[in-house]
Amino acid sequence: MAGRSTEGAHVCAKNYAVSNEPGETITDPVISLRSASVARGGRTIWSDGTFDIPRGQIVAVIGPNGSGKTTMLQVLLGLIPPSVGTVTVFGQTPERGNPRIGYVPQHYSEAVGQAVRCKDLVSLSVTGTRWGMRRSASDADEVEAALQAVGAADYADSRMSVLSGGQQQRVAIAQALVGSPELLLLDEPLANLDLRNQREIVDLLAELQRSRAITILVVVHDMNPLLAHLGGSVYLLDGHAHYGSVGEVVDSDLLSHLYGTQIKVVRTAQGDLYTRSN
Amino acid sequence: MLHAFMIKPGLLLANAGYQSNWVEVLSQPFMRNAFIAGSLVAIASGMLGYFVVVREGEFAAHALGHIGFPGATGAVLLGLSPTLGLAVFCVGGALVIGALGKRASERATATGTVLAFATGLGILFASLATESSTTVTNVLFGNLLAVSTGQIKVFALFTIALALVLAAIARPLMFASVNPDVAEAKGVAVKALGIVFLVLMGLVVTMAVQVVGTLLLFALVVTPPATALKLTARPIRVVLLGTAIGLAAVILGLITATILNLPPSFFIVSYSFLTWLIVLGATREQHRSDH
Ligand SMILES: Nc1ncnc2c1ncn2[C@@H]1O[C@H](COP(=O)(O)OP(=O)(O)O)[C@@H](O)[C@H]1O
Ligand SMILES: [Mg+2]
Repeated sequence: MAGRSTEGAHVCAKNYAVSNEPGETITDPVISLRSASVARGGRTIWSDGTFDIPRGQIVAVIGPNGSGKTTMLQVLLGLIPPSVGTVTVFGQTPERGNPRIGYVPQHYSEAVGQAVRCKDLVSLSVTGTRWGMRRSASDADEVEAALQAVGAADYADSRMSVLSGGQQQRVAIAQALVGSPELLLLDEPLANLDLRNQREIVDLLAELQRSRAITILVVVHDMNPLLAHLGGSVYLLDGHAHYGSVGEVVDSDLLSHLYGTQIKVVRTAQGDLYTRSN
Repeated sequence: MLHAFMIKPGLLLANAGYQSNWVEVLSQPFMRNAFIAGSLVAIASGMLGYFVVVREGEFAAHALGHIGFPGATGAVLLGLSPTLGLAVFCVGGALVIGALGKRASERATATGTVLAFATGLGILFASLATESSTTVTNVLFGNLLAVSTGQIKVFALFTIALALVLAAIARPLMFASVNPDVAEAKGVAVKALGIVFLVLMGLVVTMAVQVVGTLLLFALVVTPPATALKLTARPIRVVLLGTAIGLAAVILGLITATILNLPPSFFIVSYSFLTWLIVLGATREQHRSDH
């Protein structure tokens, strides 16, 4: 659905912002924005972000290319400060090196190159922030546990270059899981995966979210593979950042406006929700 | 050398033939220096080379050798030590390459352009400093047989320092090399590590140029670790195997060169090349699985 733009999908200038009005205040949100804007190279990427994201759910981050989805994750990681307003994660100003956050960047496997074994890659999350060559037995246990949690233990000794896209993404998630973070930020983990692998990764995320009671933010182009497990969405629309629960976001007017093409929200006889363009 | 032009080509070639007193030549002090210096360069290259190939910085290593060329010839023009000029240009060039861009691919064109200009500058300096033709030959092709005891001391101290620094920064450097975005989010000083790495590379290149020269340096700094990486993916094994390949090339190269009375650089490069070729052929089919 997303990405392709078709002619004539005009949407009226209705205000699609679904904000958390006072009254439904969330106690102890994992992420909280107040009038937050972010600028890069002197240009405002998105602004007016005011929302709270409750803990313990899968949240999609959606928006057209270049709308600032990756930038949003970088703000939450403390890599870019908001230019205006405040952003807090776990009630604190984001700072680099927060062990409570796990991160899988966009294009993860492209940067890794051909040389590295999965095991060594995951262990960098454990030892890569330390000087010197010390290594303890618990380090290896942690790496093994992370690889097992994502079902990648079988290819722990293989080089990344020999794995399929889905397998590489599992290793990337294993690396993010080291240190048992309470918040996972995944940037387009489903890009370049076929439908079966997309479903497998989504199932893995749902399983991790449930078993660890963590919050997972996933940048996606298409919400459909996630819909069954989705709690809400951050969406970047017309240069503004919003958050809405799944009921609010899965709305055909809103999605049509977001992607600039007509999108229908359909509920199947089994009660499954999905969206499609035209 | 000069009188060689006056005799028949056949006799000139005979000059390069079997040297019957090679055992005696091998035991000369200049030979001992050559073995030690070559070995130190192989060890330093083996340690650093792993990170060069993992970071895909091969082209930068190649370029640094060439950028060093005008440094050495320019220093001769000014009456300074060519090694000093080499070091200044290699380290300076490393910093410039580092400032050019984040990913190796982004800076390939810029690096190549600077490289060509540097080589041109080197040729100009070399032609201006008329007495410097030996320096030019030495910088271009290396002259292992002319390494002094003083140089060896510097090489040894530097190799030890390199080992200590790499042992200290190996893990964060690896993290910053293969997962720059994650490492940055985790609080690793990715940019600073990149600069430290390039400076170390500039210094290793300075050292290697004195052994194999700018034109052949790739064969000692990059080829052995790249060959090792085809055989194993375990970091420690890559470093050990890469060092072993480099050492073997240097030692066998020197011995062969002495026996046949030909330049050592040629044989060092040839052994490095042969090993790479054999490993490439052997791993072609099964380079996908590794343990
Ligand atoms: N390092 C940077 N410096 C300046 N502008 C940037 C930088 N990275 C991204 N941008 C700009 O910020 C905008 C948002 O980028 P990004 O967050 O990557 O979008 P998305 O992930 O939604 O595709 C884009 O217009 C992009 O050109
Ligand atoms: Mg992005």
